[in-house]
Amino acid sequence: MFESLDPVVLARIQFAFTVSFHIIFPAFSIGLASFLAVLEALWLWTKREVFINLFNYWVKIFAIAFGMGVVSGIVMSYQFGTNWSVFSDKTGPVLGPLMAYEVLTAFFLEAGFLGVMLFGLKLVGPRLHFLATLMVAIGTLMSAFWILSANSWMHTPAGYAMNDAGQFVATDWFALIFNPSFPYRLVHMVLAAYLTTALVVGAVGAYHLLSNTRQPGARTMFSMAMWMIAVVAPIQIFAGDLHGLNTLEHQPAKVMAMEGHYQSHPDGAPLILFGLPDQDAAVVRYALEIPKLSSLILKHSLDAPLPGLDTVPREDWPPVPITFWSFRVMVALGFLMLGLGLSGLWLRWRGRLFESRPLHRFALAMGPAGFVAVLAGWVTTETGRQPFTVFGLLRTTESVSPLAAPAVASSLIAFVVVYFAVFIAGAVYILRLMAHPPHHGEEGPRGDMPERAAGITPAPAIATRRFS
Amino acid sequence: MAYDVATIWAFIIAFAVFVYVVMDGFDLGLGILFPLFRTKRDRDVVMNSVAPVWDGNETWLVLGGGGLFAAFPLAYAVLMPALYTPIIAMLLGLVFRGVAFEFRWRTQRERNRWDLAFFLGSLIATLAQGIALGALLQGVAVEGRAYAGGWWDWLTPFSLLTGVALVIGYAMLGATWLVMKTTGDLRETAYRLSRWLLAAMIVAIIAVSAATPFLSYDYSERWFAWPNVLATAQVPLAVAIVTALLLRALAQRRDYQPFLLTLCLFALSYAGLGISLWPYVVPRSITIWQAAAPENSQIFMLVGVAILVPIILAYTAWAYWVFRGKVDPESGYH
Repeated sequence: MFESLDPVVLARIQFAFTVSFHIIFPAFSIGLASFLAVLEALWLWTKREVFINLFNYWVKIFAIAFGMGVVSGIVMSYQFGTNWSVFSDKTGPVLGPLMAYEVLTAFFLEAGFLGVMLFGLKLVGPRLHFLATLMVAIGTLMSAFWILSANSWMHTPAGYAMNDAGQFVATDWFALIFNPSFPYRLVHMVLAAYLTTALVVGAVGAYHLLSNTRQPGARTMFSMAMWMIAVVAPIQIFAGDLHGLNTLEHQPAKVMAMEGHYQSHPDGAPLILFGLPDQDAAVVRYALEIPKLSSLILKHSLDAPLPGLDTVPREDWPPVPITFWSFRVMVALGFLMLGLGLSGLWLRWRGRLFESRPLHRFALAMGPAGFVAVLAGWVTTETGRQPFTVFGLLRTTESVSPLAAPAVASSLIAFVVVYFAVFIAGAVYILRLMAHPPHHGEEGPRGDMPERAAGITPAPAIATRRFS
Repeated sequence: MAYDVATIWAFIIAFAVFVYVVMDGFDLGLGILFPLFRTKRDRDVVMNSVAPVWDGNETWLVLGGGGLFAAFPLAYAVLMPALYTPIIAMLLGLVFRGVAFEFRWRTQRERNRWDLAFFLGSLIATLAQGIALGALLQGVAVEGRAYAGGWWDWLTPFSLLTGVALVIGYAMLGATWLVMKTTGDLRETAYRLSRWLLAAMIVAIIAVSAATPFLSYDYSERWFAWPNVLATAQVPLAVAIVTALLLRALAQRRDYQPFLLTLCLFALSYAGLGISLWPYVVPRSITIWQAAAPENSQIFMLVGVAILVPIILAYTAWAYWVFRGKVDPESGYH
């Protein structure tokens, strides 16, 4: 029944689907792990109860998100082979070691110390426990380092040669790992993870402040999150701009797609704010443009010429409409985040951070914005690399496994059904935890998890302990 | 045959897969046995006995797959499409099982549903791993640098046999793990289960061992030709001795011995597999040297493995040490 479908398209949909689901969780857990380490450090340092309450509150949420990240990540590690076996054969010698290092330096570290972090406070004492929290946080950052190195190499390959079997082989590991787009991509992604977490923490704080402005836990987390957003959002916009200039240097076709520049502009390119790119006709319909601004942003000169996709062979064009729109979604959300950060600073200066209901509503509405922006940014960069898996060197159509369409179609359906069932349930449990404010003493028993109160699960070791 | 880098990597990946098999084996086994435990209290204890360590266990699966991708990319590229269906089934099973650890504590109404997900996820993942092993042993069609068979080639009576055998084996690991980690009625149930599962496991080992040599002339040659048989005959002999020790340990109600001896049975079966496969990574098509990544890739990773694996083993051991001893249902962990 699926014979008429194209296995390449199906494999791409499957990869896009599984990776989009997966990336949500690392984006959240990278930021949350660092936040937890900071909370525990503040608790050890100041001995103020509010910090351990917040730690115990967010560690439960972290556990669920981390579990979902692990299982969707295991799927990713096998997807290369199942659906992209030719890609695996050709790039294994260069990308394989980077991923192996990710497993060795990051996954084991996170998983090895996670059990102690979640269940072991009573068993090992606060100092060793803090070490475990710190190791988990470091693990998430190491993981970002290696996977973004591998991903960046697919965008800006460096330090490689080809062998007789058609495989990429390393000639210079340092150049390969620190390939031209890697530093920009790593910084952009880690900042995105921190922003995403800050937005979620801020939204939860705002939600509880809306019902009662006097809760110490809600006040502390809201204040911390608003500081974070105010500091990180402008840095992120700056870092994103640098990343864009780097992309212009190494993947100009991607930037042309992001900007909607089908045509070359010999004397100053306009910035297309909105429009409907028409890939077949190679024009942007109903474009709303600001003259010369694109040249100013990309070349820092009003009249700088900018080449368009008409200088690129047609078969090497990325799909413009997707890249164009996902890029606009990401940028718009970025500026909204900046707006939130600045309003927070302003109201804090006026002494109304915990009283301003409009600010709390704004922060609440922005809660999911980080996830949407991360997904949109991901779509921009990955779609912009098409039609290549390794930019300029290996085409997507030449990377796929020799599989029949029915095999890919049925596994795709299975992934969609299972992921929606499992991850919607997970989101519900996380939201249910967030719906309760952090308690004074943050201890069981609690209505939604009676068995923890019975002392059977390891978690009450943290939840029921009185801290002095 | 010298000790070249490819050989070292073959042993490293074999080691990673073996560590995965024994570590995730017992927690998958607990999932398989889950429906036999009726009360909520028993189920809580069973789950808690592995909750702090399960994702560390599963990381070895990522190392096995990732290591294959990195060190033997050609083998990875051929095997993953060949084992497409069992691998996808395993991944989906692991998804359900992994989230059940967290989800079942968060809900009362849907707890039974996540208990079922834990059981079915564990069962499907194990069955799929066993089937994948059988499909690997029976050989896969290769043309050039790619898999050349269909997407149902993996399904044969032999692969189903290895699938069922692995379910029994993991269940046995789970049962003896519970003997070690629990007290009272739960432990009694685990003893009873262990005896039945041991019998089933021996039958399964014999069945798989008897069927394997008929898959290919190579295998029978390797096991039965003179003088090889002098060496290979040690494996079944050792299996017989370990089985006898296991029976005694169960009769004497030992805590730790049954689990450790079951691990020995797994190690012996695994060694048997190695004897059959060596030096092929895709049986009778691709050897480890043909599949090997360029030496500079293998050496680059070898440095990391040499430094990091001992550290990983050390902190993993520490985590197990922290959660050592019996799970006490009344007062949490000791």
